[in-house]
Amino acid sequence: MGGSASQLPRDLLGEYQELTFLTKQEILLAHKRFSELLSKEERESILQKRVPKSKILTLPELRANPFRDRICRVFSTSEDGDGSMSFEDFLDMLSVFSDSATSEIKSHYAFRIFDFDDDGTLDRKDLEKLVNCLTGEGDETRLSESEMDQLIQNFLQDRAVMALRPF
Amino acid sequence: MDMVLSSEVFLPDADNTSPSVTFLQELPSYQSILRRRTSAGGTQDRRQNNHGFARPPAAAKRNFVERAGVKSEAVVRSIREYALNIPEKRKLRDIQEANVKYLSGWDQLKQTRNKSWKKFLDETKELSSYLELWRNDIHSIEGKFGTGIKSYFSFLRFLVLLNFIIFVLMFSFITLPSTISQYGVLNSSYVKVPPKDIEPQCTVYTISGTKGLVYFYTYIIDLLSGTGFLEMTSLFYGYYRIDMVHFSAIKYNLPLAYLLTTLVYLSLSLIWIVKRSVEGFKQSFVREEDPFQSYCNKIFAGWDFCITDPNASRLKHSSLKYELKTDLEEERLRQKKARRTTEEKLRIYCLRIFLNIFVLALLSGCFYSIYRATIYSQENISNVSSKMTFEGNLFVQYLPSIVITLANFIAPLFFSYIIKFEEYSPAFEIRLTLMRCVFVRLANIGVLLFSLGNRIVCANEKCKACGYNYELYPCWESRVGQEMYKLMIFDFIIIFAVAVFVDFPRKLLVTYCSCKPIQWCGLQKFQIPENVLEIVYGQTICWIGTFYSPLLPAIATIKYFIVFYIKKISLMHTCRPSKKSVRASSSNFFFLAVLLIGLILAFIPLGLSMTRIRSSKACGPFVNFNSSWDVVPRTIRGFPTALQKVLNGIASEAFAVPFFMVICLIMFYFIALAGAYKRVVDQLREQLVMESRDKQFLIRKLTEAQKRS
Repeated sequence: MGGSASQLPRDLLGEYQELTFLTKQEILLAHKRFSELLSKEERESILQKRVPKSKILTLPELRANPFRDRICRVFSTSEDGDGSMSFEDFLDMLSVFSDSATSEIKSHYAFRIFDFDDDGTLDRKDLEKLVNCLTGEGDETRLSESEMDQLIQNFLQDRAVMALRPF
Repeated sequence: MDMVLSSEVFLPDADNTSPSVTFLQELPSYQSILRRRTSAGGTQDRRQNNHGFARPPAAAKRNFVERAGVKSEAVVRSIREYALNIPEKRKLRDIQEANVKYLSGWDQLKQTRNKSWKKFLDETKELSSYLELWRNDIHSIEGKFGTGIKSYFSFLRFLVLLNFIIFVLMFSFITLPSTISQYGVLNSSYVKVPPKDIEPQCTVYTISGTKGLVYFYTYIIDLLSGTGFLEMTSLFYGYYRIDMVHFSAIKYNLPLAYLLTTLVYLSLSLIWIVKRSVEGFKQSFVREEDPFQSYCNKIFAGWDFCITDPNASRLKHSSLKYELKTDLEEERLRQKKARRTTEEKLRIYCLRIFLNIFVLALLSGCFYSIYRATIYSQENISNVSSKMTFEGNLFVQYLPSIVITLANFIAPLFFSYIIKFEEYSPAFEIRLTLMRCVFVRLANIGVLLFSLGNRIVCANEKCKACGYNYELYPCWESRVGQEMYKLMIFDFIIIFAVAVFVDFPRKLLVTYCSCKPIQWCGLQKFQIPENVLEIVYGQTICWIGTFYSPLLPAIATIKYFIVFYIKKISLMHTCRPSKKSVRASSSNFFFLAVLLIGLILAFIPLGLSMTRIRSSKACGPFVNFNSSWDVVPRTIRGFPTALQKVLNGIASEAFAVPFFMVICLIMFYFIALAGAYKRVVDQLREQLVMESRDKQFLIRKLTEAQKRS
């Protein structure tokens, strides 16, 4: 946890400041939190390691979030699609969610998070899943069929799908 | 968030979905949007070759980064505004840097300058965030209770800062010169010009109770009500009985400074509040317009990503469900309402009129009782107070404050009860109740001041000599200051007492006693509107009182500082988050709007007393003037003639009326412009819907044709 080996090199810190919306303090804090997710031996090579999705989801900020799976999937750059995140993916995620990110970036990622089937469009199925996530896990918290219909009717009005347009 | 939907007729045939989507993604408009979407403020530099792209949601992963052409423009979009992950952003940055050498020397210079300027801005922002008061406290509140309640606390922080700045202003321009001249620091001296042409009886001013042996508790009463030994300190207006302060070479006109500082702090508050509310206004204005927009916002922006506590998240889920259900319910009600018969409408309107009359009756009852309480209190203060006991004395002093607090407590209960019978839509119900509560609170202060004013100014011979009631109120401004001081202290005592004697016992009862009625009551919810009204009420008192008591803002700062911690502790330990969540942006706007109403209402008594009522002849800086405002014309008369003419011209009707007309014209122009834009936006929206329908139709036809061939 302590020790200079687990500190971020200065130039890398500067680079991350340039490439993300995070401040220096926030990047260092992210580094600390990320290294806590790794075991002691892995901390040496923090920048190369990927943390499996199950561990990421233990973070308190994500644990309470109904969209945690989608978030991991969207920000993960792993080729196998298993949702594991490297440190840079983690920084990306924090950068998009930070206060200083522009609304274009936020809306772009929001669209991708809400697009449950990854087809580039938000159709009725996506919206249903979205509303169910919002109202809570478990069957008793869902809206009734008729309410869901009324809601989605209002939403799409007489359309059926939303595409990746200025969201 | 501008929602533009493309439509696709959802064909039951599963085969048709994938080709249509592929067609959609091949459309040139889609491609250009992908390329253009990530340039922040895309309207800024259309000519530029944009390198931004979105990670294509389709399975095909094309690497747009390598498609980047040579940049011909010097302005580089900040890299972090591209929606790429970090390795791709690195590649993009390397390409950009490689392209730099193709630019001319001047462009390179501009680029490096822009970069270093941005870096500098970032660093200053980071540093300034450390200076922010209570940053960590507010963050933790946000995490546990959501952004609605957090906005209450940032509002409180704003008021602490505002009051502190007002205090610094008043102290440095009024109190400091007076005090240092009285002690001769820095070679300063003061001049007291004796009043001329004034009846001698107007200048008699003795402070009761400071001579001889007094009971010890008199000091406590004096501390709590600003009388006795406090009256002649720099806390109140009466202390500043100086006409001019001489600092070696400079002459400092204290009366002018007093008046101007008052005007400055009022305008500063106004400007700061308007500036803050403009940011919130833009968002909340767009939001409430359309039911479609509000659904969009609830669903896409409904989840509060700051929540970390699992209990809080469960509550957020249920509150979202509750919100969605109530919205749907409201819509059903609206449809039902549209189908109301004339009979029902008539019945409801009659009921509403009757209830409003009831409300007016209640308000008049409140106002009358405040009036009587003030009169009674003022009459008995003037009586020799040594005959009364400590409690009796204190009670008489604080009677108006007690009555006002009772009225502020009872009226909202009554309003929230009767609003149910008036059958408005839920959103309108909330707004109407709030407006009524705001009105009651602020009008109560107005009634107090009015009843005081009535006693100070009178029409009979008592006041003829000096223009005000000099027997009862030799220094009436100090007396008004004392009333405001008492109101503020009492307000603080009430907040503290409610937190300690109501909230904590309630929590203990609910935790340890399991009988039905108590469990049904439950823990209290943090009611944002009531709390906001409480602090706006306190702030209005501060604004009105600062003219009569220049050190009052310091007391207000300390009071709000302590109130922050009281509320925070009470929130964390005794409250449960409420089901009805309040949205942050609209809350911000609501808080500032109510504060603005308070400020404007504060202008009225100040304006009237500064211009209409004769300033006291026995104390204060305006002894030699007819009214407080009088110092300005007199100073202007000392200016060179040319300047005098200009200033007189500005103040005359010949200037004011055309100026007012020009302002009205400009305002009408902007209103018309806004209306025209709205119409254009609606038209364009309809057109887009039509276009997308056509597009889908054509794609469907194309797919069918493809299949057939």
